[in-house]
Amino acid sequence: MSTEHNQPKDIIMPQLAESLVSATIAKWLKQPGESVDMYEPICEVITDKVNAEIPSTEEGVMGELLAGEGQEIAVGEIICRILTAGSGGEAAPAAKDAPAAQAPQPTVPPAPAPAAASPRPAAPARAGAAPQGAAAGEAGAMRARYSPAVQALAAQHGLDPAVIPGSGMGGRVTRKDVLRYLEHGGASAAAQSSAPQPAVFAAQPPSSPQNEVRHSGLHLSENPPLPKIEIEEGGRGSNETYIDITPIRNTIATRMRQSVAEIPHGWMMIEVDMTNLVKLRNKYKDEFKNKEGVNLTYPAFVIKAVVNAIKDYPIMNSVWAVDKIIVKRDINISLAVGTEDSVLTPVIKKADQKNIAGLAMEIDDLARRTRERTLKLDDMQGGTFTVNNTGSFGSILSQPIINYPQAAQLTFESIVKRPVVINDMVGVRSMANFCLSLDHRILDGLICGRFLQRVKENLEGYTLDTKLY
Amino acid sequence: MPMMEYIDAIRLAMKEEMEQDSSVFVLGEDVGVKGGVFTTTKGLQDQFGEDRVIDTPLAESAIAGVAIGAAMVGMKPIAEMQYSDFMLPATNQIISEAAKIRYRSNNDWDCPIVVRAPIGGGIFGGLYHSQCPESIFFGTPGLKIVAPYSAYDAKGLLKAAIRDPDPVLFFENKKCYKLIKEDVPEDDYVVPIGKANLLREGDDITVISYSLPLHFAMQAAEELDKEGITSHILDLRTIQPLDREAIVEAVRRTGKVLIVHEDNKTGGVGAEVAAIIAEECLYELDAPIRRLCGPDAPAMPINPPQEKFFMLSKDKLLDAMRELALY
Repeated sequence: MSTEHNQPKDIIMPQLAESLVSATIAKWLKQPGESVDMYEPICEVITDKVNAEIPSTEEGVMGELLAGEGQEIAVGEIICRILTAGSGGEAAPAAKDAPAAQAPQPTVPPAPAPAAASPRPAAPARAGAAPQGAAAGEAGAMRARYSPAVQALAAQHGLDPAVIPGSGMGGRVTRKDVLRYLEHGGASAAAQSSAPQPAVFAAQPPSSPQNEVRHSGLHLSENPPLPKIEIEEGGRGSNETYIDITPIRNTIATRMRQSVAEIPHGWMMIEVDMTNLVKLRNKYKDEFKNKEGVNLTYPAFVIKAVVNAIKDYPIMNSVWAVDKIIVKRDINISLAVGTEDSVLTPVIKKADQKNIAGLAMEIDDLARRTRERTLKLDDMQGGTFTVNNTGSFGSILSQPIINYPQAAQLTFESIVKRPVVINDMVGVRSMANFCLSLDHRILDGLICGRFLQRVKENLEGYTLDTKLY
Repeated sequence: MPMMEYIDAIRLAMKEEMEQDSSVFVLGEDVGVKGGVFTTTKGLQDQFGEDRVIDTPLAESAIAGVAIGAAMVGMKPIAEMQYSDFMLPATNQIISEAAKIRYRSNNDWDCPIVVRAPIGGGIFGGLYHSQCPESIFFGTPGLKIVAPYSAYDAKGLLKAAIRDPDPVLFFENKKCYKLIKEDVPEDDYVVPIGKANLLREGDDITVISYSLPLHFAMQAAEELDKEGITSHILDLRTIQPLDREAIVEAVRRTGKVLIVHEDNKTGGVGAEVAAIIAEECLYELDAPIRRLCGPDAPAMPINPPQEKFFMLSKDKLLDAMRELALY
């Protein structure tokens, strides 16, 4: 009857970035039966270390969900169907068909439309979450599919199955519908006789588990994919707990393994006298906080020093490409930011064009958005060299795994006061170690030693006169 | 008629047959002094002596081989495999010897053995005490395979198996042992091998199964009755040879078929039943043939949540049956 209003449109997994071949569905924001506006987010996906939302490319009512949460879907594969509305009502089509398919209460079957549909428009559509989901979602889709049994019976009795009210899934005419139709000798009786059938349907929705209702689409931080920890209780000597691998954990594991397996890591360390820098920061930090609203942190100074050193030794900013080494012109610094359950590396683009104040503000922004899980895919891409502030968790020495496919990663360890010999005198200075992991295919000790010396010179060269802007 | 458990019915069948026919004897691990690990053969050695209730070494291949040899010279052995999981060392004896003797000797020799083996999980038995090995033997010409669900059928089918002139695998469900309790006649009756049994009549869906899952199907059917869905339930009872007529007739009744078994789905008995339906009933089908089976995982895990996941249950049957009814 109303089949012409529902044209299911396939929604495919879009190509979110060039390198992406697949993405994992994190959460469905729209359940079958809910109305969907153009560009409204329909689901969250997890890709290359970041969450993103898929906007709808159609307007209509969510139909079948073809991909489950947690499922990895290749780009271009269908993830769901959206029933686009014709000229009629928006949310109505899905709802309208379910009662219509039952051809119920009114004694005249051809005109069930407004009267029958209006009393319960929303209910069947919402119930479409559970086993019956396909039925409500694809309402009417099965109306014209006749099973062998139905065709055989119809042929035997010279019937046109199209005139028989269908009570099956998606408005399908079942074998029992034909038998009932025959038993009551045709169209007029069919309506009454199918009355018991709705009882079966009506029994359905309450028993189906209701999916949680979402009020609006944009709550990225509402459902952080925290690991589910299942603790096996029970006294059978189970003393282990199991933590589900989240997609992000899985990506980290894959990347780390790839890096360690492919890159022959070399390692160096240098110690830097940070005393002047500490003074410099102390001089400006309150003023900066008042003026800019963000903290003036050490990493801003460190990154500035590193970027300037990379400018002198551009080979540090490169990638191994088997038959050649690609040196990147832009210096994009990946900043390792830890969260409770993962580590992400958002990127400060063109760090060489930013001053210390600009770096401080960008670091603050990226770190905050990492913790809030609102990073965009774009924030994660294009890094050429990684700086990791391992001192922030108290480390004085670490051996980073290179952020594949970069050439090197530098860590900035804790600043500690130590007795240091200067000009044969002992003084108390603020010292910090800097550790460098390097891709030994590209870099050797000599060049890295010079690079580290330059970083050291830059850091020790900060004075109270250094400009932030 | 006395009420008895499924396991008592099996014991009674052996007792009655041993009383009537002196060529019937029992052999297996711990069947004598201990009376079987499940107490299936309890009291038999006291009544019939060590020569007719024989404790064997821990060697299933030998249990089957000795039984085959005895059968070929006129005895009627009942060989017990303690768990069907342990039966695999005896598969060569069963498939390559017992199943082929009549054919190979052009009817000159026969092999009237019964191999009893408890199948199924849900008893916290883990990987090696829960298996359903039907599909390993299923499809071997020369073997008959029965898998009763009720105590009545267990007694009648075991008696029929003992009297059968050919090798019969008797797959008793260990979860049914104490779960199923019903009236079982004390008189001498047999349930014919190769005949399915209609447990319940209905018009909306047909469920075809054997062994324990029928128990869940019957419970689910009762609940579905209240929703206005009636179920037609067929117990195959014998899974080889399959009762094709009964299958076809049961399918014709509703045109919607759900096949259920605990053995895993791929290559299981359900696959063959589905093929028969596809061959015979295409024009009677009102919905795709459906199967609800154990997952295609190597074995039943021992931890309770996964065991529950693996096992069929009333709720799983209920969902599958309702979904098919609404199709």
